[in-house]
Amino acid sequence: MKMNMVSAINLALHQEMERDETVVVMGEDVGVDGGVFRVTEGLIEKFGPDRVIDTPLSESGIVGTAIGMAMNGLRPVAEMQFMGFSYLSLNQMITHAARMRNRTRGRLSVPMVLRMPYGGGVKALEHHSESTEALYAQIPGLKVVVPSSPKQAKGLLTSSIRDPDPVVFLEPKRSYRLIKEEVPEEAYTIPIGKARVMQEGDDVTVVGWGAMLPLIETATKKLEDISAEIIDLRSISPMDTETILESVKKTGRVVVVQEAPRSFGVGAEISARIMEKSVLHLEAPVERVAAPDITVPLPRSEDYYYINPDRIMRGIAKVMEF
Amino acid sequence: MLIDDYDPLKGKRLQILKETGTVIKTLEPQLEEDVLLKAYRTMVLTRAADDKAVKLQRQGRLGAYPPGLGQEASQLGPAMALDKNDWLIWAFREMGALIWKGVPLWRQFLYWMGNEEGNNFPDGIRVTPTSVPVGSQILHAVGISYASKIKKEGSVALVYFGDGGSSEGDFHEGLNMAGVLNTPTVFVCQNNQYAISMRRAKQTASQTIAQKALAYGFEGIQVDGNDLLALYAATKEAVDRARNGEGPTLIESFTYRRGDHTTSDDASRYRPEKEVTEWEKRDPILRFRKYLEKKKLWDDEKEKKLLDEIQDEVERCVAKAEAYHKPSIEDIFKHTYAEMPPELKDQMDRLQQREGSE
Repeated sequence: MKMNMVSAINLALHQEMERDETVVVMGEDVGVDGGVFRVTEGLIEKFGPDRVIDTPLSESGIVGTAIGMAMNGLRPVAEMQFMGFSYLSLNQMITHAARMRNRTRGRLSVPMVLRMPYGGGVKALEHHSESTEALYAQIPGLKVVVPSSPKQAKGLLTSSIRDPDPVVFLEPKRSYRLIKEEVPEEAYTIPIGKARVMQEGDDVTVVGWGAMLPLIETATKKLEDISAEIIDLRSISPMDTETILESVKKTGRVVVVQEAPRSFGVGAEISARIMEKSVLHLEAPVERVAAPDITVPLPRSEDYYYINPDRIMRGIAKVMEF
Repeated sequence: MLIDDYDPLKGKRLQILKETGTVIKTLEPQLEEDVLLKAYRTMVLTRAADDKAVKLQRQGRLGAYPPGLGQEASQLGPAMALDKNDWLIWAFREMGALIWKGVPLWRQFLYWMGNEEGNNFPDGIRVTPTSVPVGSQILHAVGISYASKIKKEGSVALVYFGDGGSSEGDFHEGLNMAGVLNTPTVFVCQNNQYAISMRRAKQTASQTIAQKALAYGFEGIQVDGNDLLALYAATKEAVDRARNGEGPTLIESFTYRRGDHTTSDDASRYRPEKEVTEWEKRDPILRFRKYLEKKKLWDDEKEKKLLDEIQDEVERCVAKAEAYHKPSIEDIFKHTYAEMPPELKDQMDRLQQREGSE
């Protein structure tokens, strides 16, 4: 069945809540309203207000409560309306969700999912366009997952809900209704920590995640005489280094495309891992196509800021010409 | 009912056991003799273990430690009102409550000696680990008790925090959430008058902490925090109400920390000695001992025997904690995730090679 990412995520939630009665959905507006992006639509009608919990507007409250619920045997899927609001709950994720297993030697764990739309390009308000996945990825104990398409979203969310550790699940809001693709009706999982080679190629490896993949596809289609291998990272942490290194062996050239600011980001980590483990296969320095290290501009200027296919093409040209 | 009668807005504070050891008969909780004796023993053990921990810290055998001198009743009273299946969520100055709940004392020493294994409690003990970030554990109690409500398991969650914790955002988000979701949660503020060096008056302009409950739509009560019987009675009522679906309660235990905040600070810098000696007169253990003596349950001979016994017990626990094996490199890696990701395995292997261990 063809569906968009919102419907695919919604279907995964329906199926996991049916399969496992400990799965509960919580957040502001997730019940009656079905979530600001309608991702949780229809759940409260089916599962009732005890399992689809409309909470007060309280980010730390939502996450801290979810942690407690997870410690007492539930699997909460908590929603932040936007990634830019999740900073209010960052303390709970860092100081407790991420550490409870280690702190108690595995006696208590926090099998929760923190879902949130991230990224920009939809002419949104201030604080509604952030892409700060590196913040979460640097915290030991958390997993960070970013789907790039409806089919990926359904399988990855299913795995995230079943995962015994806390997972930050980032939904590229720009892609929510952009792509429709065939999504299997039945439940399926996609392993966390495994990248996928989305397109095979010989000349250059282009690595991206989330909302960057459709842009990378557009860019590489425009390239003449350059065969690009596209890697959809899918899981930021843990990261599938092996798939990247295999590709580097073949192509010798790498472009990392990230929506986030350039410095201290996931692209830098990928670049460092290639340097540590595969430098002799490189024909050119790893190129990062990224946003500048500035506050996300308001909509009037956002086109200067965001990644587009042309910028990706220039990045590829740079490593090819080196 | 105590919680209805002792309105914090009217300046009422519950006290059942007076400093002389006499009780208000109409309010006296009907506890079995063996429970009273066990409670006394637990407070005496807590004080001895606490004193030992401070000494060990001074000798470099234990890390920074938060002494609980003077708060023994405040720690223990609320915990006594819990059933086995109820959860206890503590901050970091509740050794007595943990002992009551069955957390082995030697594990507590082990934790403060710097080993996470100290938080590895035996199965079936529903006690969370210590929470160092102030006030953040309050929300866990709300979530734990909300899960209990959803699962209809009938358990209650009781959470401790301090007067400083009541200034944190998570205190307000937690109480608000509990009120809205009507969770079976009991909030216990150990108001020991200081958050490190900052007086209670610098934490809030409210007359009491108990009255804050009213803003969140439930009841609060201020209790003499050096009165074990009052703490037990108020908490028992709050626990019963929570179990009956009547929602959360905030209990303010009005007490005093006679020691330092932790072994890293020196309380004499910020508070007058006279204040400390005033509070010594309200000592919770001495008061409870007088009560037991009046009931003919206690005498000097029993006291001496108990002190000897407890001395031995503390020494045995310290020895057991000190003899516990040093963590291996694998120990520090293996609980980061349920399953170790390849990159982490790689980092562990490299560290093991460097350190020359297996």
